[in-house]
Amino acid sequence: MKTFIFERSELDRLVETLKRRGYKVIGPILRDSAIIYDELIETSELPVGWSDEQTNASYRLKYRNNAAVFGWSVGPQSWKKFLFPPIQKVFATHKSTKGLDLPNSKKQISEEPTPVQYAFLGVRPCDLSAIAIQDKVFLGGPIIDPVYERKRSGNFIITVNCGQAGGTCFCASMGTGPKAAAGFDLALTEVLNDKQHYFVAEVGTELGGDLLKNIKCFKATDENIATANEVCEKAVKQMGRSVDQSDLKTILYKNSEHPRWERTAARCLTCANCTMVCPTCFCATIEDITDLAGTQADRMRKWDSCFTIDFSYIHGGSVRASAKARYRQWMTHKLASWVDQFGTSGCVGCGRCITWCPVGIDITEEARAIRESQS
Amino acid sequence: MEDLKNILADHLFFSGFNEEYFALIVGCASNVRVDASKMILREGEDANQFYLIRSGKVSIQLMTPNKGPVIIQTLHEGDILGWSWLVPPFTWHFDAKAIELTRMIALDGKCLRAKCEEDHDLGYELLKRFADIMSKRLESTRLQLMDIYGDRS
Amino acid sequence: MATDPELLSLKLDYKRNPMLPWPFQIRRVKHETEDTFTVELEPLGALEEFTYQPGQFNMVYVFGVGEIPISISGDPAKPRMLVHTTRAVGTVTKAMDTMRRGDILGIRGPYGTPWPVEQAHGLDVVFVAGGIGLAPLRPALYEVVAHREQYGKVVLLYGTRTPSDVLFRQELENWRARFDLEIYVTVDRAMSGWRGNVGVVTNLISRAPFNPRNTMAFVCGPEIMMRFTAMELHKRGVDIEHIFVSMERNMKCAIGLCGHCQFGPFFVCKDGPVFQYGKIKDMLVKWEI
Repeated sequence: MKTFIFERSELDRLVETLKRRGYKVIGPILRDSAIIYDELIETSELPVGWSDEQTNASYRLKYRNNAAVFGWSVGPQSWKKFLFPPIQKVFATHKSTKGLDLPNSKKQISEEPTPVQYAFLGVRPCDLSAIAIQDKVFLGGPIIDPVYERKRSGNFIITVNCGQAGGTCFCASMGTGPKAAAGFDLALTEVLNDKQHYFVAEVGTELGGDLLKNIKCFKATDENIATANEVCEKAVKQMGRSVDQSDLKTILYKNSEHPRWERTAARCLTCANCTMVCPTCFCATIEDITDLAGTQADRMRKWDSCFTIDFSYIHGGSVRASAKARYRQWMTHKLASWVDQFGTSGCVGCGRCITWCPVGIDITEEARAIRESQS
Repeated sequence: MEDLKNILADHLFFSGFNEEYFALIVGCASNVRVDASKMILREGEDANQFYLIRSGKVSIQLMTPNKGPVIIQTLHEGDILGWSWLVPPFTWHFDAKAIELTRMIALDGKCLRAKCEEDHDLGYELLKRFADIMSKRLESTRLQLMDIYGDRS
Repeated sequence: MATDPELLSLKLDYKRNPMLPWPFQIRRVKHETEDTFTVELEPLGALEEFTYQPGQFNMVYVFGVGEIPISISGDPAKPRMLVHTTRAVGTVTKAMDTMRRGDILGIRGPYGTPWPVEQAHGLDVVFVAGGIGLAPLRPALYEVVAHREQYGKVVLLYGTRTPSDVLFRQELENWRARFDLEIYVTVDRAMSGWRGNVGVVTNLISRAPFNPRNTMAFVCGPEIMMRFTAMELHKRGVDIEHIFVSMERNMKCAIGLCGHCQFGPFFVCKDGPVFQYGKIKDMLVKWEI
């Protein structure tokens, strides 16, 4: 792949160019004591100097007062916020005067007035893998999701490789990071030391290469590339957690009655935080919203979670009523069934579920506990 | 007699039965015919025989105070009717009625009980076989109890 | 109706949006038993026929109330009439129960894997139905009866709670009157006067007239009933690869995207609802899977 370098200041020009080309640029910004993803109105909104400390059940922002633009690890949000919106109208129907209840084709949300083209700045390699995983879910089956297709088409993705491991990260053992392999238009590695601050930019697509033509950049030297690799190596070494994936699917399938499930269930609040923050979780529900006159009904798709008690409800009761069954479902799906369903693991090692679980349940610890004490 | 012997010999219940015991069984057997809608046995009465159904249909029922007789099982050709003869106090726990013309072989339970007391090996052979029938009935009854066809709305 | 431009323009949207239901009009509502009813529907607009395979289901939408999966219970050889039989147990089905001829329902489908009726050519066919389970089996029965000469012995074993819960009674009696179908009905309990069988439906298996070595079995009913029935059939000698069951799980989208209907690694909406017993028998005995 062609690799270039550009000065830190050129990053702003990169963003401006994207905006000029009509992209809605989404990037990291500081809000509500976390680093989240939203529209980047000004590049000055980027969380320069900010970092975070994460561990089980804990997320704290930390200001390091340096010039690093991407010195942080993933926060509570992921890119599914845009590609698979939490609340989405699926169709609208109204009762016409003829007495027929028809889907009102003119008002169908399937046609947005002007489709938005997203540019994502700051997609971590784990999240990039998560997008590829959700591509398989929403676009890989016999019936595809038209909303995801529309929102995904024309995305411009600028991945930023990681120079430090987040407190709960384990992407290295999941094979999804800290350096992105493919799926981006541009992959940046931030190099910051006493004397220099620049980005090493790997070109992933023609579109990516084309964008670089609009800023001042130079072909990267072997030394530049080596430096960038070292940055990522540092992250690998810092990673404190891992999941041994060998045979994991079989192990989890075989151990559905392992006593560990009961133990973890006693801690689990079934609050569904993990599914909300997980970048690959895709479960949704469909709800009806009617107006008071009873003439208009909207069907809304909303994020749902297998942790809710009525997720598996069928006439008279839920199939998975106990917390044990629900926790087991989530973890088995994520690490085992997903492989049978979509060909890869559903987990990218981003660590969000560990950070945002209020009781700090650690999926890596759970997987290890079952593997090491198999019945 | 010969006819009865063959019928009994063919029946699965008696497979593996020792020749000597078998002769005993045949000695206690007789043909019985019950017309349609006639009661075969009544709850509370002495239980002194058991039956092997050769043809017809028998309903096992229980009388309830407010709904009248409720049928809880039907037995058909090849089924064994009656296990109360083996278990104290040796009285029937339910009613049995022939739904249609039914022919059965009746076996003298009172006589067999006495013989089983004398010869425990015979007793064990019979009990083994009845335990199997009762366990199958129990399993079926349990499924019926579970009311699996869904809740009433 | 077919010339209504708004209805015609719907066709484009349907290609783009798999969550959009098609309007069907109720032609008849028939109350089968105390809590079970059948609706007969006709498609509106440019759609003239609704074709499907036996065992498949639709997502049925009641305006402003909700949408639920219901198996199709009609005759696949009559695609101009869509038939659904259901119990009135939840919000949507109770709303449907109050609807009348002329009312509109939204239909999305057909979805799911069908009963492998053609695979049974040359074999004996045993249908075992429990309660409302007779409804999703009925289309397969129709198809087998329509091509009767392609099959060996055809047997229906049907169990339900009481005689007043027997579904499609007239149809069962008509089938029983034929010489080439064996119909056995049993109930869990009955008042005296019932001359039929009383006992659990699995009891009928050992004495039913079919050759277990050469049989395809289609089983549908409450999960416990299917579990015990499949075990009993297998005990009698039917190959587990020749036994099929129809599973049910919560569904929201029916197109494999919402995650609700997962049963182990399978999505009941697209890997099922009809499953080969051998493929899922270990999961059936696990709790809360």
